[in-house]
Amino acid sequence: MAEKETLLRVINLRKHFPITGGFLGRQVAAVKAVDGVSFEIERGETLGLVGESGCGKSTTGRVILQLYRPTAGQVLFEDADLTKMSAEALRRLRPKMQMIFQDPYASLNPRHPVGKIVGEPLMIHGLMQGKALQDRVAELLELVGLNAAYVRRFPHEFSGGQRQRIGIARALSLNPSFIVCDEPISALDVSIQAQVVNLLQDLQAQLGLTYLFIAHDLSMVRHISRRIAVMYLGKIVELADRQTLFDEPLHPYTQSLISAVPVPNPKLERRRQRIILEGEVPSPINPPKGCVFHPRCPVAIDKCSRVEPQYQQVRPQHFVACHLVEPA
Amino acid sequence: MAKVLEVKDLVTKFYTLDGVVHAVNGVSFDLDEGETLAIVGESGCGKSVTMLSLLGLIPSPPGKVERGNAFFSGGTGRCDLLQLAAPELRDVRGGQIGFVFQDPISSLNPILTVGEQIAESLTRHLGLTREQAHRRAIKLLEEVGIPEAAQRYDSYPHHFSGGMRQRVMIAIAISCSPSIIIADEPTTALDVTVQAQIVDLFKRLRDMIGMAIIWITHDLGVVAGLAERVLVMYGGRVAEVALVDDLYERPQHPYTHGLLGALPRIDTDGSRRLVSIDGTPPDLLIPLVRCPFAPRCAYAFERCWEEIPQLMPAGIQHQVACFYDIERGGPRSG
Repeated sequence: MAEKETLLRVINLRKHFPITGGFLGRQVAAVKAVDGVSFEIERGETLGLVGESGCGKSTTGRVILQLYRPTAGQVLFEDADLTKMSAEALRRLRPKMQMIFQDPYASLNPRHPVGKIVGEPLMIHGLMQGKALQDRVAELLELVGLNAAYVRRFPHEFSGGQRQRIGIARALSLNPSFIVCDEPISALDVSIQAQVVNLLQDLQAQLGLTYLFIAHDLSMVRHISRRIAVMYLGKIVELADRQTLFDEPLHPYTQSLISAVPVPNPKLERRRQRIILEGEVPSPINPPKGCVFHPRCPVAIDKCSRVEPQYQQVRPQHFVACHLVEPA
Repeated sequence: MAKVLEVKDLVTKFYTLDGVVHAVNGVSFDLDEGETLAIVGESGCGKSVTMLSLLGLIPSPPGKVERGNAFFSGGTGRCDLLQLAAPELRDVRGGQIGFVFQDPISSLNPILTVGEQIAESLTRHLGLTREQAHRRAIKLLEEVGIPEAAQRYDSYPHHFSGGMRQRVMIAIAISCSPSIIIADEPTTALDVTVQAQIVDLFKRLRDMIGMAIIWITHDLGVVAGLAERVLVMYGGRVAEVALVDDLYERPQHPYTHGLLGALPRIDTDGSRRLVSIDGTPPDLLIPLVRCPFAPRCAYAFERCWEEIPQLMPAGIQHQVACFYDIERGGPRSG
C-alpha cells in the first residue's frame, strides 16, 4: 500500500428503532441498536467489528450502506455523506458498496438460477446484457471457485459453502471497492469456513477490496482483520490494530472477551486464567446509565455507574472508552 | 477404571422419500466412570444421531436403529440400552443418564415454570413428594448459579435469557445425580462470554457429582480445556479417538489434521494462511463402501477407495481409522 487513504469515515452514528405501543401506537421507547459509533476504514484494509449478539454490529453494517437510514450521524464514503443523499443518488453509488450476508440459505432467491442471481445487479444497473452479461457471470463464478457450467442450477442444488460463494460472486459483480461482510462464515462448518475466508483474502489481494468484517468469532476476526473494533451494547468500547488489541487490550470487556475465547490447545487451556463475566448483555431498550458495561465489569468504580466514559485515543491509533484508562 | 458405557457397532438409518440416509455406520466407543469424552464433527457426521439412538429418541419412522449394542452400567446393574423396553428406558433417561441439548428454548416446556420442570424429574425418578421436590429444585437452581433461586422457581422459561435457560436444562440433567450427562452442543447457541460461564459450570459440577460427560460439539476449541479424550466423527464413522493432548499434538487422521489447520487461533501470530479442506461433506444417501473421507483426502490411495478402514492402534490409547500413516508417510502397516 502506498499512500494511506480513508475510504469510509463514520461519525457519531446512531440508529434507534422505535417501539410503539398503546392505543394510538405512539412511540413508547427505543431500541438503541447503534448509539454513537465513530471509526474510519482505509482503502484496501479489513476492519473487523466484533461483539456478542445484540451489540449492534450488524445494524452498524446496514446503516453504513443505508439499508437502514440512521437516526443521527454521518457516513462519509469517499468524502460524500451517504446519510444526506437521495435514494436516486445512492442508487448510482451502490455498485461501489456491496454486502455479503450471513445466511447463505435465506439470502439467495430459491426460484432464480445462479446465473440470474449473480447477473441481476448488472441488469438492474443497466450495465450489461446478452453475451457480455453471460461472459461476466461465467467469469465471476470462476473467480469464486465455482464451475461456470453451474449457471442454470438453482440454489438448493448447492451446499452452504457453495452458496456463500454465489453470494460473494453477486457482491463482486459490480466491481465494488467496499464490501460489508456480515458474519459471512457463521453458518458454515469449520472445514468450509477456511475455504471461504481464504477466498475472501485472495479476492482482496487480487481486486484491492476494502472489507468491514462483522463477526462474533474473535479468533476468525483476528485472522482476517488489520484493525479490530469491539462493540458492546451499541457502542465501540475499544479499537486498535489486531496485535495491540490482543497483546495489550485496555478495556475490561475486551480483556474478558479475549480470555473467554477457547484455544484448540489443551495444555494452554489448562493453564489459562479466565475472566468470567457475571450475567449477560443487558437490553438495549434500557441500557445501563454511565458506562454501559459497568454492571458486568469486574473493575468498575463508582464513577462508572454515573458518567459515560469518553471514547478517545489513548495511545497512537488505539481508542478506548473507559474511565480507568488514562491517555498516555 | 470401570466402564459406564460401551457402544458396539451402532448402525442407524433414516428411510426418507429421497432414499435411505446412512447416518451412523458402525460406531463403537466406550466411556469410563467420571470421564469427559468429547465427540467432535461437522454437521451431518452422525454425532447427534449416535446419542439420540442410545437414548431411544430417534423419531421412528423414518429413523431406525438397525444394529448394535450399548451396554450401560448404572446404579441398577448392566443393561443394553438398545434392547430395553420403552418404560425401562424412560427410567434410565433423565434418571441415570441426563442430557442437555443445544437449544434450551425448544427443550423446555413453555407453559410450566422452570421449578416445576425440575421438580417433575425429581418426583418421577426419585419418588420425592411435591414438597421435597420443591425444596430440592430450589437447591439445584442455586447449584447451577441462578440468583434468587426461590423466587425464580416460579418463573417461566421465556423470562430467562439463553444462558439462564441452559442453566435450567443443566439443573434438570443433574437432578437425579446421573452417571452420565450427554451434552449436545450445549454452548453453540450462546455468546462467547456466556459459553465460558457454562463450561465453567460443567467443570464445577463434574468435580462435585463425579458424573461422566459426553460433550458433542463441532468446536475443537471448547473441548481442549474440558475433555480428557476426544473422538472425531466423519461420515457416520469414528475417524479417530485419542487422549486430548495426543489428539491436538499429533493428529493421525488427515481429517483431524485438516480440522485443526482450518482453525484460526489466538495462540499463534495470525498471519498464517488457513488450511482448507477441499470439497464438501459426504452424501449420506450413498451406502458406505470405502473410506468416507477419501474424496477430500490428499493422501488417499487405491485401498481407501476399495475398503472401509477400521480403527487401528496409533499410539497409547490412540486409534485411527486410516490406511495411511501421515507420520511415516506411507501406507500403515498391518
